[in-house]
Amino acid sequence: MKDKKVTPEELAKIGYTPPKKGWMDTDVEFRKGTYSYSAPLKNQEYLGLPNPRQWQVTDADWKLPENWKEIILEGMKDRLDKYRSWRLFLDICVRCGACADKCHYFIGSGDPKNMPVLRAELLRSVYRKNFTLGGKIFGKLGGARDLSEKVLKEWFYYFFQCSECRRCSVFCPYGIDTCEITMMGRELLNLVGCTTEWIVGPAANCFRTGNHLGVPPHAFKQSLEFAADEVKGITGLTVEAPINRKGAEILLVAPSADYFASPHWFTLLGYLMLFHEIGLDYTWSAYASEGGNFGLFHSDEMVKRLNAKIYAEAKRLGVKWILGGECGHMWRVIHQYMDTVNGPADFLEEPVSPITGTKFENASSTRMVHICEFTADLIKNNKLKLDKSRNNKWKVTFHDSCNPARAMGLLEEPRYIINNVCNSFHEMPENTTRERTFCCGSGAGLGADENMEMRLRGGLPRANAVKYVHEKHGVNVLACICAIDKAAFPPLLEYWVPGVETAGVHELVGNALVMKGETERTTDLRCEPLTLEGEVPAGAVCEPPKDEEDRKDYWK
Amino acid sequence: MNIVYPLLAVIALTLIAWLGVWGLGLDSLFAIVIPYIASAVFVIGLVYGVIKWARLPVPFRIPTVCGQQKSLPWIKSNNLENPSTTAGVIWRMVLEVLLFRSLFRNSRAELAGPQKLVYSGNKYLWLGGLTFHWTLLIILFRHLRFFTEPVFLPVNWVEELDGIFQLALPTLYITDMVILVALSYLFLRRVVFAQMRYLSLPADYFALLLLLGVVISGVLMRLFYKVDLVGVKELAVSMLAFQPAVPDGVGLAFYIHLFLVSSLLAYFPFSKMMHAPGILLSPTRNLRNDNRMRRHINPWDYPVKVHTYEEWEDEFRDQMKKAGMPLEEEA
Repeated sequence: MKDKKVTPEELAKIGYTPPKKGWMDTDVEFRKGTYSYSAPLKNQEYLGLPNPRQWQVTDADWKLPENWKEIILEGMKDRLDKYRSWRLFLDICVRCGACADKCHYFIGSGDPKNMPVLRAELLRSVYRKNFTLGGKIFGKLGGARDLSEKVLKEWFYYFFQCSECRRCSVFCPYGIDTCEITMMGRELLNLVGCTTEWIVGPAANCFRTGNHLGVPPHAFKQSLEFAADEVKGITGLTVEAPINRKGAEILLVAPSADYFASPHWFTLLGYLMLFHEIGLDYTWSAYASEGGNFGLFHSDEMVKRLNAKIYAEAKRLGVKWILGGECGHMWRVIHQYMDTVNGPADFLEEPVSPITGTKFENASSTRMVHICEFTADLIKNNKLKLDKSRNNKWKVTFHDSCNPARAMGLLEEPRYIINNVCNSFHEMPENTTRERTFCCGSGAGLGADENMEMRLRGGLPRANAVKYVHEKHGVNVLACICAIDKAAFPPLLEYWVPGVETAGVHELVGNALVMKGETERTTDLRCEPLTLEGEVPAGAVCEPPKDEEDRKDYWK
Repeated sequence: MNIVYPLLAVIALTLIAWLGVWGLGLDSLFAIVIPYIASAVFVIGLVYGVIKWARLPVPFRIPTVCGQQKSLPWIKSNNLENPSTTAGVIWRMVLEVLLFRSLFRNSRAELAGPQKLVYSGNKYLWLGGLTFHWTLLIILFRHLRFFTEPVFLPVNWVEELDGIFQLALPTLYITDMVILVALSYLFLRRVVFAQMRYLSLPADYFALLLLLGVVISGVLMRLFYKVDLVGVKELAVSMLAFQPAVPDGVGLAFYIHLFLVSSLLAYFPFSKMMHAPGILLSPTRNLRNDNRMRRHINPWDYPVKVHTYEEWEDEFRDQMKKAGMPLEEEA
């Protein structure tokens, strides 16, 4: 946070009393720290987005195209005919309010327009005015209002203050999914060239280089080689990290942050160690060097454009099936979209674990398996030798990432793994885990630095639950299976709950994994002592990954 | 204002029926024409609305799941909250429709102290909503005795059970009292709680006030303004047979009740009350979570511009070559 002046005590003073003026009469205020910057022109142009231009969120004039209203209304009509979900969710809400205090942004900010019901009303009101009889006849009395620049700005502010986590949808008596509302809202904004740098930048990078960070293939290779060196330093073993290797049995696709950011990096070391130990016949791909998909935060079309590379690469390399790394929204795309938009994957085989012979029947069509499913199966079949005590310094809690929890139901697999690699595991309160899990506050493309206040506010409910187990059980690490989590939690927890680290599940696996022929472990994967009191012995070869600053030049 | 206009509207509807029948003597208009029109609007509107939704494509299979997925055989999956089979979906929908399963999960988040969020169970809305809907169903069922001759036996049973606390004549039905309490609660929560007041639209108050009007007029005509029930039944049966005849002296209260019901019926297809059929079509609830097992087809899928491997390799070939990475074309 650039502006460190606001203390947690101050930020957590949240008022939930709505203003006197009705929501249709209050204007949006772009307060510093609560919005993301607009997308730069070159990225818009690179992706061929409609109505590209250079503009700033704080400008009075957003330089909208002349016929912008027409474009939006036409876009609404188009989507009303294409998505039952959207039309239905615009039609059937009864405003019972059950969703209101389920949203982490509402809980953290108290802004009533962050209640999912009102977030949707921002769109519904325009829908009513233009597409329903009642709205046309009764106007404001019928909950309808005209589309205006003020409304458009409000859309921009609040649709980029929703992390599409779908928690409200769990509680809605009709299953109304604000994510669908927000996604369509963002698609409409895209049509008139209003989107954010933090979404379009990674999407443009991904389209060009294959990954969000814009890492070119040779740097990708260097990064994996560097990781292999680190594994050698820690274990004394030489591990392979094959890239673009034709004829491998399995293609591994992971979020790019795993090989370029911290603490994701330690998860990567965990993968490399695990695959080496079981002798997996697999390959990385520099072309499909990203499992995540910022297209999901942009439009359904962009989902398809960015995700196409995964099946294309699997086909080119001739693998049998695909294994996917730890990532949240990536798995929403893989699980709920990929087969539909990029399938059928009939050139692949139904996934079978080459180590245990287990058939992953639940992935028989998509042919892509979650690494937690894969590893849980290995452990269940006693294929791994694990020394839990190597994680003894960690008192672990597990954060269910929104998408694996609410789009897949991947709940027990990671817990099973954690319980097999750690001695001390503590669940957060039940209202904050599993299908009720709270977002990290930075999902769905909201992770921009300039949006830090909103991220901290949105992350408050999660951080507060971590604080609870931190104080009650001394929990000092939050395990998770999402790359955005791993980027979002370090600053979030440092702010709200100092003393709790963030780790990937496979980092903990790597720590516990007893490898054939390894030297005695003197450090964990972070090159830190194995115990809290211990010291890194002199002569330990490993070094922590380079600071993210050094990698800035890849961000283009 | 959000409350005033709907209240005025319901009062106006009551006055219209009163003046129309008592003042202008338009008995047949209010007894026959308007109910027929309202019923037609209701049926056609409902069917049209449902068909309109049902015809819309469901491009992606997007269930919101609330339990363990079906994955490895030794992990117990939750086929109810995370259905991977059609039977599971049916059960999920049955629980949702009959017991409001999702609303049962409701909780309240509160800032109980500095940086201390607590969540407590909050079943009032669930209880209020469920009670209202179920009592409404029973009351509607009881009304079948006006449309059938001889009266369908279970209707008599329900009626007897419902009137078990009979203290005096005429019968005071339990459901009548309970629905009044439930509707009042649902109305008051929108008025009392600042957040609810903030997010409520006039339509939300109107629906509740109109329902309250229907219930109150119904109760009043049973208890105080006696109406000729035999006459009401004659009318109902004749209308069902499409040979409508207005019996004499049914009583004004009945006309008011009937007009409010007619208003409700005609309003239904244009209102949020369409949530009733809508829930059955909700893609986050009525789809199986078998996404990776069975391919879902998007009917309007179209090709998009992608960055192919060849284009990608062309761009990075030199660097890849230098780095000794495998290439398709060495050029």
